[in-house]
Amino acid sequence: MKKTIITVIGKDTVGIIAKVCTYLADTNINILDISQTIVQDYFNMMMIVDMNNASKTFGEVQTELDKLGEEIGVAIKCQHEDIFNKMHRI
Amino acid sequence: MINMFEVNETNKMIEQENLDVRTITLGISLLDCADSDLKEVNRKIYEKITTLAKDLVATGEKIEHKYGIPIVNKRISVTPIAIVGSAACKCPEDYVTIAETLDKAAKEVGVNFIGGYSALVSKGMTTYDEYLIRSIPMALAKTERVCSSINLGSTKTGLNMDAVRLMGEIVKETAECTKENDSLGCAKLVVFCNAPDDNPFMAGAFHGVTEADAIINVGVSGPGVVKTALEKVRGESFEVLCETIKKTAFKITRVGQLVAQEASKAMGIPFGIIDLSLAPTPAVGDSVADILKEIGLEHPGAPGTTAALALLNDQVKKGGVMASSYVGGLSGAFIPVSEDQGMIDAVVAGALTIEKLEAMTCVCSVGLDMIAIPGSTSAATISGMIADEMAIGMINQKTTAVRVIPVIGKDVGETVEFGGLLGYAPVMPVNRFSCEAFVGREGRIPAPIHSFKN
Repeated sequence: MKKTIITVIGKDTVGIIAKVCTYLADTNINILDISQTIVQDYFNMMMIVDMNNASKTFGEVQTELDKLGEEIGVAIKCQHEDIFNKMHRI
Repeated sequence: MINMFEVNETNKMIEQENLDVRTITLGISLLDCADSDLKEVNRKIYEKITTLAKDLVATGEKIEHKYGIPIVNKRISVTPIAIVGSAACKCPEDYVTIAETLDKAAKEVGVNFIGGYSALVSKGMTTYDEYLIRSIPMALAKTERVCSSINLGSTKTGLNMDAVRLMGEIVKETAECTKENDSLGCAKLVVFCNAPDDNPFMAGAFHGVTEADAIINVGVSGPGVVKTALEKVRGESFEVLCETIKKTAFKITRVGQLVAQEASKAMGIPFGIIDLSLAPTPAVGDSVADILKEIGLEHPGAPGTTAALALLNDQVKKGGVMASSYVGGLSGAFIPVSEDQGMIDAVVAGALTIEKLEAMTCVCSVGLDMIAIPGSTSAATISGMIADEMAIGMINQKTTAVRVIPVIGKDVGETVEFGGLLGYAPVMPVNRFSCEAFVGREGRIPAPIHSFKN
């Protein structure tokens, strides 16, 4: 199973996780792992998700998450996990 | 499993330190396009390129989105045109029609450069090689995206000094033909010694005759990433310095390897090589000169520069070869002047001269690259500069190249603007003493003694 990494970075505010998770649930994307911290007032979250049964294509999810990020005021990135695996694992 | 620290490190490299894949270059063999009828050659070339490369740009963009990594250029390299057109071209003008076809095909598939308007004349020139070479000024003036390269020598064959002399004149003529645009044509023309068959970087990319029908080569980059990594080890020993460069080069190259494999799979074209090069751009923070400064030089050009560059180049290779099974092309650190803000600053500050750049080319991967010189520089002097650089390559068994721009109508102290990735450059002074009698000699310089290994 190939996984996707979603990162959310931006100014902390109420309901960031709720909004992102609602979108993922609506799109039938399964969250496998979440880690989140606040660094100097900045919200920093990484999710590992499984998009194999998603109701939308990778490109659509990317565009919509981008739009959602703009509404909340954070930057949301959606990347295939391989770029991280390749770079950090031999 | 991947953790947040690693994800953030990668994304910081991409967003803040200009990590990117510099180019996916699709090499296409045009050997099967040869014909005795020029029209037929042009038709076959156009058809083959537009068929094989039609998905290149779209595939590149798809990979960019999937991994969130920019792929700056999608390009094409083709078989040296001197060979492809040999049966059909009866004069330099005939070759120009092929250049125009290449330009048209490049525009059709949406690539920004197409390389391979080339001739390989390291030992001797055939009539058709000479036709192609003589057509270069007109071809580069009439086209936008075509890049030209000529191999003038190799460690095995020695230097073809007749071709070196001719290329001095051609560089000058190309500058004249494109003088309205600050002699931009010369930025698309490079001469080599020991030219690699699989180089994905322009202007020197061509698809060697030893290559398969089509192949994907990828050039990675990321001087900003190396620079940022070195900021954390200021004042540390050489061991720590080298270790840091190696680890960073490994990470950068792995991304290139991933992109290359993806592109190869998506297009159904075999993967060739990764070119592990630190290629700068004029963007702030994307500079090889800044790495040299971080290593401990006030400006590139200061005493110690050649040693620092040698160390950098070697560590980039050592880290990179671990990350990819097939490494090739030029692989190392590029030191163009106009494409690197730190190099431009060094020239303006008076720290960097052409002579020091020449010394640096003994240990880096390319050569005298993107250097603007006065338009009044004679063809013989340019040939002399080329001969020096080729000799360094021949004796040291490495690739060297020259891409100088004699800017017509401009002199030392003035600046030339090329725009985009090509950047801008201050016109640099050239040694004013003559080498005319030297380059005027006919024939070739024999291969060095250490080339006889059989």
